[in-house]
Amino acid sequence: MAKKATRESYGAALVEYGADPNIVVLDADLSKSTKTEMFKKAYPDRFINCGIAEANMMCVAAGLASCGKTVFASSFAMFAAGRAYEQIRNSIGYTKLNVKIGATHAGISVGEDGASHQCLEDIALMRTIPGMVIINPADDIEARAAVKAAIDHEGPVYMRFGRLAVEDVHGEDYKFEIGKGSTLKEGSDVSIIATGLMVGMAMEAAKMLENEGISARVINIATIKPIDEDIIIKASKETGAIVTAEEHYIMGGLGSAVTEVVCKSAPCPVKIIGTDRYGKSGKPAELFKEYGLTPENIVKNVKEAIAMK
Amino acid sequence: MDEKRIIELSIIANKVRKAALTGIYNSQSGHPGGSLSIADVLTLLYFEVMNVDPKNPKDPNRDRMVLSKGHTAPALYATLAQKGYFPVEDVYTLRRTDSYMQGHPDMNKIPGVDMSTGSLGQGVSAAGGMALAAKLDNKDYRVYSILGDGELEEGQVWEQAMFAPHYKLDNLTIFVDNNGLQIDGDITKVMNPTPIDEKFKAFGWNVIVTDAHDFNKLLDAVNQAKATKGKPTAIIMQSVKGKNVSYMENNPAWHGAAPKEEDFNKAISELDAQIKELEARL
Repeated sequence: MAKKATRESYGAALVEYGADPNIVVLDADLSKSTKTEMFKKAYPDRFINCGIAEANMMCVAAGLASCGKTVFASSFAMFAAGRAYEQIRNSIGYTKLNVKIGATHAGISVGEDGASHQCLEDIALMRTIPGMVIINPADDIEARAAVKAAIDHEGPVYMRFGRLAVEDVHGEDYKFEIGKGSTLKEGSDVSIIATGLMVGMAMEAAKMLENEGISARVINIATIKPIDEDIIIKASKETGAIVTAEEHYIMGGLGSAVTEVVCKSAPCPVKIIGTDRYGKSGKPAELFKEYGLTPENIVKNVKEAIAMK
Repeated sequence: MDEKRIIELSIIANKVRKAALTGIYNSQSGHPGGSLSIADVLTLLYFEVMNVDPKNPKDPNRDRMVLSKGHTAPALYATLAQKGYFPVEDVYTLRRTDSYMQGHPDMNKIPGVDMSTGSLGQGVSAAGGMALAAKLDNKDYRVYSILGDGELEEGQVWEQAMFAPHYKLDNLTIFVDNNGLQIDGDITKVMNPTPIDEKFKAFGWNVIVTDAHDFNKLLDAVNQAKATKGKPTAIIMQSVKGKNVSYMENNPAWHGAAPKEEDFNKAISELDAQIKELEARL
């Protein structure tokens, strides 16, 4: 199966859905990496390079949006959610302006660039902003659909895209909807709830578990906020154990969001797979192993979660 | 402007000062010094310069004003009230839990506020975004923004200082309220942002240095800004913090402190006396 990085999907979708003259795309000198250069080539008049100045870019986006524009502001996740957090919080979140943050190069899958560029806290940061929609697509199909959904949604959206090419986990008939998770595989013993590139690994883990006689449900949560509470409650009640998997700190990300739902509505054992420290340079596949972001580690956690039932 | 109009504007500006101080006094919270120093420029903008309609505050073709030094919201609210966006009595409920008059400008709660501000450095960037939107849409509305001189210590201001000339945003005019004082004291001692005019010139702006409290000079500067093509204009206004209230003038203690009853009454009687004297000249 062909592999594609979701940042490529972002660039392609901006071109595909970018004909509306109200759409403006901003970047901070990373258009070749974030792939907004594809939009720049298609619609040069509506592409604005803000230079290496992310704080200003976010507030320029707010100003444009206040005048009726649908604005995409793009940078690496580290410099969008991280460096410009307070600009997003005060000028985009509090104002409820129609700005879509396209944050690429999230997570340790950035690889060789190392810790300074491997944003593992963006979901946590963005989750603290009231009204912010957070989408972390798992594959090309979902990433393109997310861009379209973000355009159709009035208000701030944070979209998280990866640098690493990933296989499709969805079919072309997949209907993405903000706030809805999707069950990719049914199962009765445990639910693996994953996001982003961990969804593919969750599917692999489920296959490995199947061979051992364990029936694992696989749920993809692309919209981390607002989260699909129903699918999580159902998973808890029907399978009695949950393992979450994300390329993000275990604090404040998908695992936290899932446990918040489980604790208040349908308690069950939950194991959270994520990182607990800064990233480092290396090949993504090797880093995944070192940080426990592997199908094998999901299998191990599934067994532990089932034992806690 | 003729003498009569200047007197009329001076009266409005002093009414703005009174309402701003009343709001701050009632809540015993807020920023009087910087509110008083920008009362004149706000009055000029809303009563002489800007194309705005209080009955249609969201008109897409209106001129915009972003108060980047958002802590001086009382002066903005008082000006909007004078202009007819809402009753002046609402300004007197400033910062109260049951009031919509937020401590810092809130575009979603207060009619006439074009951008929520308060975190320094962000408003001027948003103003740049608005000016860019006008360019993209071939619209002729203009965008104004007022910054504090202490605010220039925020690095983000200089990101926008690069951006606006780069995109030739000649529809953007910013005012620097150069009263020389910030919370911790003299701006040149806390973190010297001078020479302000030369810095903006070096960044590619049309720069005008003028008197913040002379309506004719301010209007001349605005008209020069309108006539300047291909670059944005920065009007460095030499202002007096606490302007027109004797004991507040040039005193950093009144940056973020509310007056107690005796001081408040003194301020109001001083402003009333000035208004009375101005009215006698009409």
